[in-house]
Amino acid sequence: MGLRMIEEGLLTTVQDLGRKGYQSLGFSVNGPMDQLAMRLANIILGNDQNEAVLEMSFLGPSISFESDMIIALTGADMSPRIDDVPVSLGKPLAVKTGQTLQLRTSKSGLYSYLAVKGGLDIPEVLNSKSTSLTAQVGGYNGRKLQTGDFIPIKKSYSYVGRIPWQLDSTLFAYLRSEKPIIRFLEGKQYKSFSSQSLDNFTSKQWKISTKSNRMGYRLIGAELLVNDQKELITEATAFGTIQVPPNGQPIVLMADRQPTGGYPKIGQVIQADLPKLSQLRPTQAFHFQKSSIEEALTELKITENTISRLKVAIASKWKEWENAYC
Amino acid sequence: MKDVTYFPLHEGAVMIDFGKTINRETNKKILQLAKVLKDQPFHGFIEAVPAYTTLTVYYDPIIGESQSFTKICSWIENYLDNLPLDDTSANTINIPVCYDLAYAPDIEEVARTNNLTVKQVVKYHTEIIYHVYFLGFSPGFPFLGGLNPKLATPRKSNPRIKINAGSVGIAGNQTGIYPSDSPGGWQIIGRTPKSLLQIEKNPPTLLQPGDNLSFYAISKDEFEQWEENQWV
Repeated sequence: MGLRMIEEGLLTTVQDLGRKGYQSLGFSVNGPMDQLAMRLANIILGNDQNEAVLEMSFLGPSISFESDMIIALTGADMSPRIDDVPVSLGKPLAVKTGQTLQLRTSKSGLYSYLAVKGGLDIPEVLNSKSTSLTAQVGGYNGRKLQTGDFIPIKKSYSYVGRIPWQLDSTLFAYLRSEKPIIRFLEGKQYKSFSSQSLDNFTSKQWKISTKSNRMGYRLIGAELLVNDQKELITEATAFGTIQVPPNGQPIVLMADRQPTGGYPKIGQVIQADLPKLSQLRPTQAFHFQKSSIEEALTELKITENTISRLKVAIASKWKEWENAYC
Repeated sequence: MKDVTYFPLHEGAVMIDFGKTINRETNKKILQLAKVLKDQPFHGFIEAVPAYTTLTVYYDPIIGESQSFTKICSWIENYLDNLPLDDTSANTINIPVCYDLAYAPDIEEVARTNNLTVKQVVKYHTEIIYHVYFLGFSPGFPFLGGLNPKLATPRKSNPRIKINAGSVGIAGNQTGIYPSDSPGGWQIIGRTPKSLLQIEKNPPTLLQPGDNLSFYAISKDEFEQWEENQWV
């Protein structure tokens, strides 16, 4: 029972919600770039939100199903087709042994997620199934998936009947924002930056450099300078920390960041805007806007309430489905 | 506690700042607080990440209505005021290092920069007991304190694409060990055959924050013998 990689795509990795509790020993957290889309892929299927999924970047893979199963796709739209028939994002899809999922270059966003009902059968390393590409630990033998790899799954579902629900596409509106705004909190060294730099940070537009990856998004825009170039004492960094190396070009630290760093932090992207930032493409200009802890928490609570509501609603739908067909 | 400040790194993380001075008393306090939080976690606690002068506490800001930043800070303050006296002595880990030129591409540069002989570099590097302040940068990578200032050497102007696992280096007034192959700009003065990562064990790293560490010199033969032993 499982999935076979027919074509590997650009970068496909196994991710759960991340390796927590080992940062103090130097291990990165890892986990999905777009946590919202990843969690929703699991929620659609009635899975635990922490269930491991495949994260597929920009140019998607082709995958054949070596057993009957139910899957869901969320996040970037890679024009998914099953045996050449277009299929929708954000809903349970029943697939049969021998069928093939084909994905292309994403039309919007960068990261797409494939969850399997019941979950992928991947061993945990240090309490997590997430892949650490740098430490070569976790996920599928600590590496990205390659053509020919077989990923076992925990449960097979031979489909009977209809699975009629689909997530409202407005949930994924952040993937298509026209003039994206990324909100941030003041970083610990915010006040060390020159007033001109702080002004430029919010007034000028920014783009993500193509030299970006799961560790960090390098930004192209105005030069940001600190008033006093003294070396900072190494301290913790988080997903969304905007740090500025001496060359003045900021880097936003992403899912594969190191637990600590020594560059001054101008800001911290609010948690609720991380999915939007992760999915921004290098060609797309965006702006930073200052936020507050209160606003950030309110936004986070709105997202979490939506997720909780969906979880309850979908769980009851699966109950009905199981009673009818299992 | 006096002289301690709290900064919200984000909605679910508070950075506790113990000042600007790197010293062992502060480090001890930071590691003790980290241990107390891990042993008696508050509701929503995720993990605590020590660094030289800070401890960053990650928590879930959503579960429980009372998880506000100020509330978390006052809890931590309470933990800090009641830190148990720690009289346990630190573990000392002995690390064998081969300083032979074959494994020490930059030892001559370090000697030259500091007007020393290679022999003196080895002597000064091995006669100190270092302190593991914390681990960061990569899994198992120790941030050590105690390097003899006579050995301080700037980073290489051109970082290497690949530094082999086990390489022992100097960067400014710091010394450290690369637990796994990685790019880096440190001056490499030797290599240890000992593995700093032991993923299948608990804990998964040889060194722990708060440990003491000392280096001792081994010959090229001993190093290669050691490597062979690892494979048997």
